[in-house]
Amino acid sequence: MNDLVTQLGLAQPQVSKHLRVLREVGLVDVRHEGRQRMYRLKGHSLKPIHDWVKNYERTWNESFGALDELLEELKGKQEGEGRNDE
Amino acid sequence: MTSKGTAKVTLPTKTQILITREFDAPKHLVYKAWTTPELIKRWWSANRGEVTVADVDLRVGGTWRWVMLTHRGFEVAFHGEYQEIIPNERIVCTEVFEGMPEAGAVNTLTLAEKNGRTSLAILVQHETQEHRDGHINSGMEAGMQDAMDLLEQAVTAL
Repeated sequence: MNDLVTQLGLAQPQVSKHLRVLREVGLVDVRHEGRQRMYRLKGHSLKPIHDWVKNYERTWNESFGALDELLEELKGKQEGEGRNDE
Repeated sequence: MTSKGTAKVTLPTKTQILITREFDAPKHLVYKAWTTPELIKRWWSANRGEVTVADVDLRVGGTWRWVMLTHRGFEVAFHGEYQEIIPNERIVCTEVFEGMPEAGAVNTLTLAEKNGRTSLAILVQHETQEHRDGHINSGMEAGMQDAMDLLEQAVTAL
């Protein structure tokens, strides 16, 4: 917890509040070690969001792949025209 | 050097989508490919279908409309109005997916060139989180359709 406060540059109560919300939705786990609280990120909880966005990303990747090919062709044409000007 | 499959989609706020990608070409060519109807027709639909309409009235207050006819026979149409145009650098326009006409967004496209490569960013600003999520979901459906098509191809090839 102290590490997080230092890293984030936020006040301790604010960090506690964020962590509480993250714990409630299952994105972090907490463990008590003496007076310290240790938080662990539960990455697999983020997977549904990751998958959700990935599917959307994929359609863009397809279009951009086709755009790459078109740009190669336009670059070739431009070089061709450049040579003609010389 | 290939950039295949390197588009990044992030959700900076509850109402935004940010799409980024780098291209191995100068920015004026990316801009040209994005604003010229004959060129839009060659990349936008990729292997998902055919672009049947690519109307671009490139001036502030001018409108645009892009329509794709997918291989499965349904039409996916978008339209909007240009709000700001800085040639080769920036386009701000509204965007309406005609399947969800109430969920209009404002898109800001920016192009930045470095060493002959261009970084493209599209920031999609929706009015509500519900609209933003609907936008992502429509892409997911398209993604699922693609997956089904690929599966069908794979199965027929057996």
